[in-house]
Amino acid sequence: MAAPALTATTRRASIHGSWGRAAVIGVPMAFLLVVFLLPFLVVFKISLSEMDTVFFKDILVWKDDALVLALKFGNYLSLTQDTLYFNAYLSSLQVAATTTLICLAIAYPFAYFMARSPADRRPALLMLVMLPFWTSFLLRVYAWKMLLADAGVLNNAAIALGLIAEPVKMMNTPFSLVLGMVYTYVPFMILPLYANLVKMDLRLLEAALDLGATPWQAFWRITVPLSKSGIIAGSMLVFIPCVGEFVIPELLGGPETLMIGHVLWDEFFSNNDWPMAASVAVVMVGLIIIPLALFNKYQAESTAGARA
Amino acid sequence: MKANAGRVTSAAWMTAVFVFLYLPIITLIVFSFNASPMVTNWGGLSLRWYQALAGDREMIDGFKLSLKIAFSTGCSSVIFGTLAAITLHRFKRFPGRTLFAGMVNSPLVMPEVIIGLSLLLMLVSMQRLFGFPERGFGTIWLGHTLLGMAYATVVVLSRLQEMSPSLEEAAQDLGARPLQVFFLVTLPMISQAIASAWLLTFTLSLDDVVISAFLNGPGSTTMPITIFSRARLGLSPSVNTVAALTVAVVSIGVFAASILMSRAEKRRAAEMAAAYRKAD
Repeated sequence: MAAPALTATTRRASIHGSWGRAAVIGVPMAFLLVVFLLPFLVVFKISLSEMDTVFFKDILVWKDDALVLALKFGNYLSLTQDTLYFNAYLSSLQVAATTTLICLAIAYPFAYFMARSPADRRPALLMLVMLPFWTSFLLRVYAWKMLLADAGVLNNAAIALGLIAEPVKMMNTPFSLVLGMVYTYVPFMILPLYANLVKMDLRLLEAALDLGATPWQAFWRITVPLSKSGIIAGSMLVFIPCVGEFVIPELLGGPETLMIGHVLWDEFFSNNDWPMAASVAVVMVGLIIIPLALFNKYQAESTAGARA
Repeated sequence: MKANAGRVTSAAWMTAVFVFLYLPIITLIVFSFNASPMVTNWGGLSLRWYQALAGDREMIDGFKLSLKIAFSTGCSSVIFGTLAAITLHRFKRFPGRTLFAGMVNSPLVMPEVIIGLSLLLMLVSMQRLFGFPERGFGTIWLGHTLLGMAYATVVVLSRLQEMSPSLEEAAQDLGARPLQVFFLVTLPMISQAIASAWLLTFTLSLDDVVISAFLNGPGSTTMPITIFSRARLGLSPSVNTVAALTVAVVSIGVFAASILMSRAEKRRAAEMAAAYRKAD
């Protein structure tokens, strides 16, 4: 860090006093440690314990004058042995990846056109993208059930118009599942891309065009590389929650795509096997930890870089 | 010729995306006035589902509970979120900053089943050790605040970042104490962001199914849980009416809020301009 910045920080710190500073940092920090980090440690512990009849056993027990650490790896072993779990993880990753790619394909041109539209029209467009956020996500997903059902609105309309003779099966298929996911998450892709593209220095493009690049070349070699951080942020914002999505597959998905969120839910609520549910969660965290780190790195950069 | 084609593509693409985004919402509203008991067959206009909703105790009780939780969540998320945003904005170096930033940002993307399960397992372990807390209002609020705080931090932080530090520095130079600087200078300048963050976290909480399902107890069934369990069984006209009402309230609310905010923004900009003119 450069010297002037350092002196500025020390000056501020001395002005604010150590007590105020400790309180401002300490309150949210304590809350997060107790409500976010501690639960993960508890989950990890429980994933290694055994289920009693109604409760999980402690992993540390005092037995015959000795402190016994009983770790049960059986939950993790059954995760690798039973193909149900493996397939669920695999299909969750597939669905999340497909959703992310489709969102990117829809959102990139959209954000690009939005960023290049007249400046006075942009706030209204942004508002139109944000507005669905404010209306219940659950209800919007439910609405697709109405639209896609065999006797649903889309099939009825197509039959009435004479486009099709028989209703097309759309509900409870991989199609309806991915459609619902794309629908829900596409604004999360649009917003970071837009924020990135709208800040872009258009003189760079002019320079490229002056130097003889075709608009297409300028787009691929200037615009796309410059929007890399927006692409990463958007993709992570879509991919990570999609892996563990529960509500959308539950309402729109079919029997052929079993996702891991559902497996976790079932282990917990139907089988009452808390250690197994905890193991499923630990492995899920393991799967998303790299994208999560990438997302956090991007967020940290955007917080640090904005002041420069 | 070429520029024209570009404009047509742009308009067409944007229209298509907006149709995609709004088609389900419009369908919900239109079919909430459907007279037919078959949810997707149009049988003429009617208000019968609204009448049925007025007598739907389960839905109304759930709605009341959800409103209470959402209100509390909005307040607590904004307090924690503002503190976290100030921390990230002001203090560039302190032990555990990376961990802090990671913990604030992760709930934005962390699958809700993981947040819900881990919080529940911790609360159950706590209950075994200390005999509290009982699952219900408080535990749901805790989970929603974790999620809401992450969103509130992003909203407030982005406002802090676009704010010029010169005003705060001027106040400090003129001898204002840190708390005075915060309440007289910083807080008024970020008040709009705080208001938006409150609204956003309020709606998030009002809408959440998964975290609530893990953390609720006997007698604390929120509205989204009721909606979700009915929607799981199939199409239900009661859900449509709830949807239409929510959309109406939210659209009016967001519209009014955005008008109020843009007015306040204009007034503030005018005051700032006047102040700068005086200073010159």
